[in-house]
Amino acid sequence: MPNCKSVVPYRGTPEQEERLQQVIAQHKGQPGATMPVLQAAQEIFGYLPEEVQIMVAEGLEIPLSEVYGVASFYAQFTLNPKGKYQISVCLGTACYVKGAASLLSAVEQKLGIVPGAITPDGKFSLDSCRCVGACGLAPVMMINNDVYGRLTPDQVGPILDNYK
Amino acid sequence: MDSKMVSLHINDIPVTVPAGTTVLEAARSAGFNIPSLCFLKGINEIGACRICVVEVKGARSLVASCVYPVSEGMEVYTNTERVRKSRRLTLELILSNHRMDCLTCARNSHCELRQLASDMNIDAVRYANDDLPPQIEDSALHLVRDNSKCVLCRRCVAVCRKTQEVGVIGPNDRGFATHIGCAFDRDLNEVDCVSCGQCIVACPTGALQERDDTGKVLAALADPKKHVVVGPAPSIRVTLGECFGMPVGSNVEGKMVSALRRLGFDKVFDVDTAADFTIMEEGTEFLHRLENGGELPLITSCSPGWIRYMEQHAPDMLPYVSSCKSPQQMFGSLVKTYYAEKAGIDPEDIFVVSVMPCTAKKYEVKREEQRLPNGCMPVDISLTTRELGRMITQAGLLFDHLPDGQFDEMLGVSTGAATIFGASGGVMEAALRTVVEKLTGAGMAPLEYHEVRGMEGVKEASYELPGRTVRVCAASGLHNVKRVLDGVRSGKLHFDFIEFMACPGGCINGGGQPIQHADVRNFTDLKGLRAAALYAQDADMPYRRSHENPIVQTVYQDFLGEPGGHKAHDLLHCTYIKQQKYRTDS
Repeated sequence: MPNCKSVVPYRGTPEQEERLQQVIAQHKGQPGATMPVLQAAQEIFGYLPEEVQIMVAEGLEIPLSEVYGVASFYAQFTLNPKGKYQISVCLGTACYVKGAASLLSAVEQKLGIVPGAITPDGKFSLDSCRCVGACGLAPVMMINNDVYGRLTPDQVGPILDNYK
Repeated sequence: MDSKMVSLHINDIPVTVPAGTTVLEAARSAGFNIPSLCFLKGINEIGACRICVVEVKGARSLVASCVYPVSEGMEVYTNTERVRKSRRLTLELILSNHRMDCLTCARNSHCELRQLASDMNIDAVRYANDDLPPQIEDSALHLVRDNSKCVLCRRCVAVCRKTQEVGVIGPNDRGFATHIGCAFDRDLNEVDCVSCGQCIVACPTGALQERDDTGKVLAALADPKKHVVVGPAPSIRVTLGECFGMPVGSNVEGKMVSALRRLGFDKVFDVDTAADFTIMEEGTEFLHRLENGGELPLITSCSPGWIRYMEQHAPDMLPYVSSCKSPQQMFGSLVKTYYAEKAGIDPEDIFVVSVMPCTAKKYEVKREEQRLPNGCMPVDISLTTRELGRMITQAGLLFDHLPDGQFDEMLGVSTGAATIFGASGGVMEAALRTVVEKLTGAGMAPLEYHEVRGMEGVKEASYELPGRTVRVCAASGLHNVKRVLDGVRSGKLHFDFIEFMACPGGCINGGGQPIQHADVRNFTDLKGLRAAALYAQDADMPYRRSHENPIVQTVYQDFLGEPGGHKAHDLLHCTYIKQQKYRTDS
């Protein structure tokens, strides 16, 4: 998870914030409230930007560092929204053996972001995943629902250029 | 308290201890030291580091003795081959992720990790990682973090979250990427850190240290154009000796003065003197509010950690907080006005160094609202006790050989009231000594107020004075401060006068004080011993009430005018402000 604030501006609506406040009110004062509230927050906003984590911290009266500690610990939480094109590089065993790590770094270099992050224009978000069930095609990268198999790092640039 | 006693055997020696005692404590009472790393009694009891493991007969695996309670008939072995092997491997793995620049590390000879490696006879690090670059985070004015030396014991996190309830740091990410940092890995100067430095004194390694300002002081001392003046805070005289291996609670005032003189300071004054001025101003402010229906409770403003906490977390308290500058700032203000005038020195040429038990003072000296009408900042550099200790060592001064020196008189005479500022409740007692005498008349007021003494987190007392009851409270440690604030806000607690100190026990336990290893902190009443030395000094002082101080009387007569008057306000008071808690704009 990238250790930074999302580069995409926060666009939460008053309705979303109102829903979050209701969830916070339901859980406030209960032990272990942070997890369910963050899960609900991610459902409402799609991700957990700093603005939302501050609302959770203030609402539950716990330090922001504690909220962020939980949000950054679990892979299920994301600090960034998903891009128009969601890139997922498989790091499962077969893909990894076939060189997925260099594939991933090629994407990172091309877009200038690390897994978990999004490009400032909101176009691409990058994640790694564990096995998409296409081991015969290893190494595999997915962009939204498009599957690219048997890739080499030099193919990454031209493929990404096709997504406008 | 559970009075039930439990009998067990530790290394075949019978021991009887109260139920609820941990194996580690029971072993200690039987004369066995169990090494530990993450354990800080009452603060960090998480059994995470596994250094303190012991063998318990019948237990499935080794147990963490720091959190494992004793039980009847238990048989514990603290030094078996299995235990030694486990501890050694654990320590080796911790060391594999620790940047070992021990020779040049600030904690060099007093690092708990290095001590453990030595105690366990680790003569080679099998899994040494030579590729760890420093990870310096030095955004804050008061401390520098280097996570390449962090062993993830979480002592800093526990003290920040539990003792201080500020919680600006925590473990971020997970697995190998786990590291201690602020939310969103913001720099420390971007979050609501109060600069108390309790994390530094909790850290077992060199991952946390105060910003070292000794170079700037040495440069000023070497500059012939600078007139360098120094003043130590009340608590420094009872803690500085620890830097040189003296017992906790040694009063080294005379040697400290000689050391400062031999370091080359042009004048060695005493911040205690300024503390007496603080009482004159704060006492006057309290009487004024009491008699004119002003905002009560009056809350003290001596602790810059508390002030920063209040500005960020409790700005609704702003009207109640005294407008007095802290003793450090009053000291600098008097040096650069009164002393400059008397000595005929341009205040611009005076370089004021304070020696403080505190890291927040490094932040306070940079606060713009402290600036004097003559354009000068009152204090140029604020050193911690530890930094002064290092300067003394580096200068080759053999501390225990030093003769007892005397402060320079112009701002170097003080009272017992000022001395006790260094302990929680001391400012309150000092204020009462003056205020109660003002209300009851000379000779009618008691001198000592034992109700506000002691190391409890919250102390309350009320005093029947002519025509009114005065209810007071002294709380230390921000966790306790918060409890009192909640009570005041909800109307459950009613006070006229409150003393708040950010650090538990007050300045004697400040974040700038000598670092004692966890095994000392866990089993010694560090705060109590240091405070006792202050109260002992107070009892022997010729003057024990701030208004009896002849210097205080002279300065008001010749220079400041009335306490709380116009000139005193210009020089010795300031305005505190609301500050942002979160910074989301950057």
